[in-house]
Amino acid sequence: MKQVWLFWGVLATSVMVSGCAGVAERDGAGEDVVIEDIDDRAVAGDARAAGARMDGKFEGSPLDDPESPLSQRVFYFDFDSSELSENDREALVAHGRFLASNPDVSVAVEGHTDERGTREYNLALGERRAQAVERLLSLQAAAEDQLQVISFGEESPAAMGHDEGAWSLNRRVELLYSGY
Amino acid sequence: MLAKRFILLLLLVMPALVQARLEVTVTGGAEGALPIAILPFGWEGEEPLSEDIAAIIKADLAASGRFAPLSGKQLVGQPDHGGAIDFAAWRAAGVETLLVGRVKNSNGRYQVRFQLFDVLRAKQLAGYAMPTRAPLLRRTAHQISDLVYEELTGERGAFNTHITYVTVEDVAEGERRFRLAVADADGFNEQTILTSKQPLMSPAWSPDGKQLAYVSFEARRSVVYVQNVISGKREKVAEYEGINSAPAWSPDGRSLALTLSKDGNPEIYVLDLRTRALRRITRHSAIDTEPAWMPDGNGLVFTSDRGGKPQIYRVDTGPRGAVGRPQRLSFEGRYNARPSVSPDGHHLAMVHQSRSGFQIAVQNLETGNLRILTDSRLDESPSFAPNGRMIIFATERRGRGVLEAIAVDGSAGQRLDLTGFDVREPAWSPFFAE
Repeated sequence: MKQVWLFWGVLATSVMVSGCAGVAERDGAGEDVVIEDIDDRAVAGDARAAGARMDGKFEGSPLDDPESPLSQRVFYFDFDSSELSENDREALVAHGRFLASNPDVSVAVEGHTDERGTREYNLALGERRAQAVERLLSLQAAAEDQLQVISFGEESPAAMGHDEGAWSLNRRVELLYSGY
Repeated sequence: MLAKRFILLLLLVMPALVQARLEVTVTGGAEGALPIAILPFGWEGEEPLSEDIAAIIKADLAASGRFAPLSGKQLVGQPDHGGAIDFAAWRAAGVETLLVGRVKNSNGRYQVRFQLFDVLRAKQLAGYAMPTRAPLLRRTAHQISDLVYEELTGERGAFNTHITYVTVEDVAEGERRFRLAVADADGFNEQTILTSKQPLMSPAWSPDGKQLAYVSFEARRSVVYVQNVISGKREKVAEYEGINSAPAWSPDGRSLALTLSKDGNPEIYVLDLRTRALRRITRHSAIDTEPAWMPDGNGLVFTSDRGGKPQIYRVDTGPRGAVGRPQRLSFEGRYNARPSVSPDGHHLAMVHQSRSGFQIAVQNLETGNLRILTDSRLDESPSFAPNGRMIIFATERRGRGVLEAIAVDGSAGQRLDLTGFDVREPAWSPFFAE
């Protein structure tokens, strides 16, 4: 049951990610931030453009196979913890091996927390979670330049709401593949 | 002194902006608060005044927890200047302190006069005539609140100050709009100084109140900016690899303490804003973040989980970095974070986890005693008023983020609810430079 749920979760994530990439391209750089009352609006572009493109060009990639352990792209954590479950570790070994044998593929490792506690501590905790995932990927010989660790702390929740139901979905690390 | 503050504030008011609907609720009663009669201000114009000055002063003084403004039916007359006061009648009604005032209009320029009386001695304690204009009437009312507060408590009022905060709204499916806003300390006169589709966090005022440092995720990662509040000009000051976050201005305004994870995990650094040189303060494999300066500029308090759970530590600092080892300050409970130091350096406000959630607590740094001030469950981001008497913080009500300001003794407070927005990350401004 859980496998099925994860599969749909991953599908939903993939659709969302490619959707974001499209939006970012249409907007172009510099549209995301507006400083009021000054002329200098040149700001950094929206890095969402680096999200995964699921355009079917590489049909047959294990990344697209719902039966593959690589289909698990989201990993969940307990409160104030960065420990991965045994199942998650196994899936991450598969991701690490995939990266090691596909050096052109890179992945953003995004760490997130729930809303409880303080925002800055959570930003640090999100990074610690992402680094825990990064370490497992590196152990399988994924190269440093294939991995980009980013923490969003509690700022980008996957689920709205102020209860454990939402919190448990928000304490997570997401793997966002690009360039394959 | 008053005149200079006035000019700076006038500049702050200039950009016209859309007003979100603001609901202000004064919470809690005040035991031992000083009763004061604040009479409606006289006004002879044909149109009613745009602001009810007496009502603004009443709300200010009530929210401080130190005053109990009398209600309408306890007022035994409506004098608007000292000569019209029947002291015997007020004495008989048990009123000891009385504020009267009136507003005059000469060709669009207003003059607000007020007088504060000790009723028992029939003696004027303070009296001022203040020039102002219609758009600045709220400001003038806060200045009167400050003068009354100072006259009666001997301490400086902080009503005529500002707050900054972040708002969030859902604008479309999967798209949020973040705003960095500046408003009066009571939540009125809001102005947006930055909008972004990506998260904004941790705004911090420079000691002169002219600049804000904050964290923006507009590049899909954390970057620290410094923005001039009045001109809107801004610059990146930290965009190292990893986390760039938690800016805190040193008391002399020359440097920022911040959290960087460029060396592998979050550590606290001090950035010289002129030379851009970095001084590393902490060295530990644990999380070190949320630095706040001691008022003398010779030390920092910060959050660290080096003991297993987040707790508050203090480290002395010198020209070459840390002096000695960090000392743990918080011991009660298993989660204490985000310290804010009172302006006199005697108290720490923090986010404290109790069995019922995350609350704002204040620790006396001399005795170590901890007092929990709130009873909500998702409190965040405490920030002291510049007179040290109030703390503003973020909390959640009915599923939305709101701001609350609470007296440090817990006696009273004020809730600022911007309808339609999630509001978070408040920071109270300093007194503006004289």
